[in-house]
Amino acid sequence: MKNLFENLDRVLEHRARLQIMSVLVTNDSYDFNSLKELLGSTDGHLASHMKALEKEKYVSITKSFVDRKPNTKYKATAKGINSFKKHLDALEALVKQQK
Amino acid sequence: MKEIPEYEKDLASIRTIMERSVKFISLSGISGVLAGIYAILGAVAAYFIVHYPISLLNQRVYSINDFETLSQLTLIAIVVLIASLVTGFWFSSRKAKKYNEKLWNATSKKLFINLSIPLITGGLFILILLYTGHFGVAAPASLVFYGLALIQGSANMFDEIRYLGISEIILGLVSALVPGYGLIFWVIGFGILHIVYGTIMHNKYDR
Repeated sequence: MKNLFENLDRVLEHRARLQIMSVLVTNDSYDFNSLKELLGSTDGHLASHMKALEKEKYVSITKSFVDRKPNTKYKATAKGINSFKKHLDALEALVKQQK
Repeated sequence: MKEIPEYEKDLASIRTIMERSVKFISLSGISGVLAGIYAILGAVAAYFIVHYPISLLNQRVYSINDFETLSQLTLIAIVVLIASLVTGFWFSSRKAKKYNEKLWNATSKKLFINLSIPLITGGLFILILLYTGHFGVAAPASLVFYGLALIQGSANMFDEIRYLGISEIILGLVSALVPGYGLIFWVIGFGILHIVYGTIMHNKYDR
């Protein structure tokens, strides 16, 4: 039992971060505002989680301007995708063991 | 450390988020049914212009080349297209409001681009066919290109759209083999198939 918990990714234990990674894994890239809309999150809330994911190098960022407004796009990195998959496997294993 | 039920919630929450981030869920089934009905009405009008009083099942061997008939048919096609687009837009924005989503979001933008490329290519190709006098293959070409567009866009729509796309392509190819029956294949492809798939999607997703 203990082993299974160790496989969980401590960064992705936050549900919001797990949701963000799930969007970035299924889509090539996603911009900040669309992500905010999809998750029903606030600017500050999302920004703090993005910063945490960025620090772990789970996401890469491209900043540009669209119609003179700043547009921040996120992509999942190979490291991020790997960690996400491992975390999912660990979650599934935990839930399965419970049943 | 969280409790097991919390982890189950984690899994459930990302499942819906993933689906919503990829699929354009606001697409309405009813608008598909109405588009099918407009197409049938348009085809009936076209029939009275071109075939009347010949039976629909008799193969038409001559092609339309007088300017007046062609422009009348073009007008019908444009009216059907605009009516379908307006209906689709109206019903989808209503459904988006119901789900508390924006109609113009990252997914619908992606879908719009994916659909536009094969549709515009097909539209230009058909105009070239008409311009060079290849009237017989214009209707099959429209079915084939529409089917390709649907398959291209199906990644961002409900799964049924993929089968609709495949059906349109098969219909277009068969139609190209038997020239002269373009109108009947049009009625099946743009009318009946839209009504059938629109009904399926309405029953499955709009309830």
